[in-house]
Amino acid sequence: MASAFDNESQEWTTEIKPQNRLLDINFKEIWRYRDLWQMYVKRDIITSYKQTILGPLWFFIQPAITTLMYMIVFGGIAGISTDGLPQPLFYLAGICMWNYFSECLNRTSSTFTTNADIFGKVYFPRLIVPLATVSSSLIRMAIQLLLFIVVYIFYLIKGANIHPNIYILLLPALIVIMAGLALGFGILISSLTTKYRDLTLLFGFIVQLWMYATPVIYPLSMMSAKRQWIMALNPLTSIVEAFKYGTMGVGTFSWGMLEYSFVFMIVLLAIGIVVFNKVQRSFMDTV
Amino acid sequence: MTAIKFENISKQYRLGLVSTRTLSHDLNRWWQINMRGKEDPYLQIGSVNDRATKADSEYVWALRDINFEVEQGDVVGIIGKNGAGKSTLLKILSKVTTPTTGIIKAKGRIASLLEVGTGFHPEMTGRENIYMNGAIMGMSKAEINRKFDEIVDFAGVERYIDTPVKRYSSGMTVRLGFAVAAFLEPEILVVDEVLAVGDAEFQRKAIGKMQNISQGEGRTVLFVSHNMTAVKNLCKKGLMLKDGSIEYTGHIEEVVDFYLSDETVKGIVNHTWTLENAPGLDKIRIKRAFVKYEGDYITVNTPFDLVTEFWCFEEGFSVNVSMHLFDRMGECVYNIYTINKPLQKGLHRAVFHIPANLMNDGCYYVSNMFVTNSQAYFYHEHAHAFEVVEEREASGWHGKWIGSVRPTFIQNDYNFIESI
Repeated sequence: MASAFDNESQEWTTEIKPQNRLLDINFKEIWRYRDLWQMYVKRDIITSYKQTILGPLWFFIQPAITTLMYMIVFGGIAGISTDGLPQPLFYLAGICMWNYFSECLNRTSSTFTTNADIFGKVYFPRLIVPLATVSSSLIRMAIQLLLFIVVYIFYLIKGANIHPNIYILLLPALIVIMAGLALGFGILISSLTTKYRDLTLLFGFIVQLWMYATPVIYPLSMMSAKRQWIMALNPLTSIVEAFKYGTMGVGTFSWGMLEYSFVFMIVLLAIGIVVFNKVQRSFMDTV
Repeated sequence: MTAIKFENISKQYRLGLVSTRTLSHDLNRWWQINMRGKEDPYLQIGSVNDRATKADSEYVWALRDINFEVEQGDVVGIIGKNGAGKSTLLKILSKVTTPTTGIIKAKGRIASLLEVGTGFHPEMTGRENIYMNGAIMGMSKAEINRKFDEIVDFAGVERYIDTPVKRYSSGMTVRLGFAVAAFLEPEILVVDEVLAVGDAEFQRKAIGKMQNISQGEGRTVLFVSHNMTAVKNLCKKGLMLKDGSIEYTGHIEEVVDFYLSDETVKGIVNHTWTLENAPGLDKIRIKRAFVKYEGDYITVNTPFDLVTEFWCFEEGFSVNVSMHLFDRMGECVYNIYTINKPLQKGLHRAVFHIPANLMNDGCYYVSNMFVTNSQAYFYHEHAHAFEVVEEREASGWHGKWIGSVRPTFIQNDYNFIESI
């Protein structure tokens, strides 16, 4: 009897149950939907150009103007040090890195609210959407890095005091850690704000402040040793600094800090995925 | 072989705003379950989902203890009033939301046509949207590549395939959406009222495709609709939901008959007023507006009377009554009026005899106009409403019979003229 029963239960390919167990995450399913991930990336890219006059040029204009602003406000008026680097290069490096992080974070943190319409009608692994966001933002970042490279080569030829070194090869790893941090934090925010909307305001504020807690507009070396230690708690600190160090040879580089960021990213991502997975199954009733 | 098995499926919803007091309820629930090892305190309460009565609890059961099995290759019609739980059931089935208790087991891929064209982006072209929509439904790129030409052909949008969808007419968008879904080829297809949209030709195509899916390819279809004709002709089995529970299951004919015998769903809305609340003006007031017929419900073969009873308060007031009959889209089917004559003071009745085999199946409503000296004196809009249902055994045509009237008095004939 028991074996017959077992045979029958094996035939079912789909089971729809109440709230699943906490760690019941179907990565195989996500892999099966990889074509959808690809389509979402494509859609993000196509739709961000459409019906704009300058199209992808905006990806250049935005960081260029921000850099100019920083040069005037922070470099000029406030007179904050740039570690002896040319100001445009210093700010542009920080902006490229920070922009990627903040864009991923902003867009993934509204996953549920902006996609409520489609999530209410069809099922697919919801994680596809923030994953695609993080991927499509890479293209934008690549364009901004292009601007950085142009300015970089200009200063290299001019003979400015910049020394690229082997750590420049860490760039892909830095981007992966940043993407993981933004994704983890973004989906966590997205999950929490579906139910308690007032958290949106709080998180918006936190992200704004976060940039000032990251060495984007100032070098870490400017801080006292004790403050540097506090700054290092921010997992983005080591990433921005490592990027500046690898490309220009100036900044604070530490394997220990990078390891910390990596572990932070893994833990945050794990928590984010678990919470997101729990919320995705029932969020239609609360949104 | 069983394709889908519903076991004790229930779904509970909270009434009112979700955000109010949620945090405290959530904390209480969490405390009771995790710290004290008790059952969820909010699952114990909850009232039956009847919209007409005021809820005595904050929680309602949109579905309660649904146990049902669907055989492979069956086409099951799910019927019930608005709010009976049909959509909730389909939402659970398509994994948009989870059941509160119970389990659904199924064999094979479940795809839903809850709303066609889901995920269409207006800025993207038809081609891009086919890929996007297909991917959302769970098709791989290779699968869509293989069926691409068929999809475009079925939707009939070859010329516009590289045009952004925002330039499409709404009909084209729907056709494209349905076409993608139709070629998805899931083992289990869930369809919710898609046939309400699109022109007659497309409806025929869509119904034909659904029949192919179920008969030719042995797939299982769950079909939710208010269109009894379509349900009867497409489905073999039926499931009637009422207030979140299964009211009747069985052969589709029986289920539809049972559904239609339920007074509240016949689509008949009659009205009676008292002198105090009667609509009208100082000379004319309406007492009753109703449809009179014999039998359980009005079928296309039933004659019926459209009746208006009204008081006249002025001796010799000269009036005629116009009866405007509208279909559910608000198109006037015809306007018929009584002769103009001076009325005695008192209660009067105007009757319009509608013969059998004149009206087509469908929902209609009546407005009455009281005209004096060629001028409208009082227009009584939406006086009453009724529904005519199909009474047709096996007929070749399975869709909604188009048109508002289906008169049989039109003679038709054909003759041989000469050989060629």
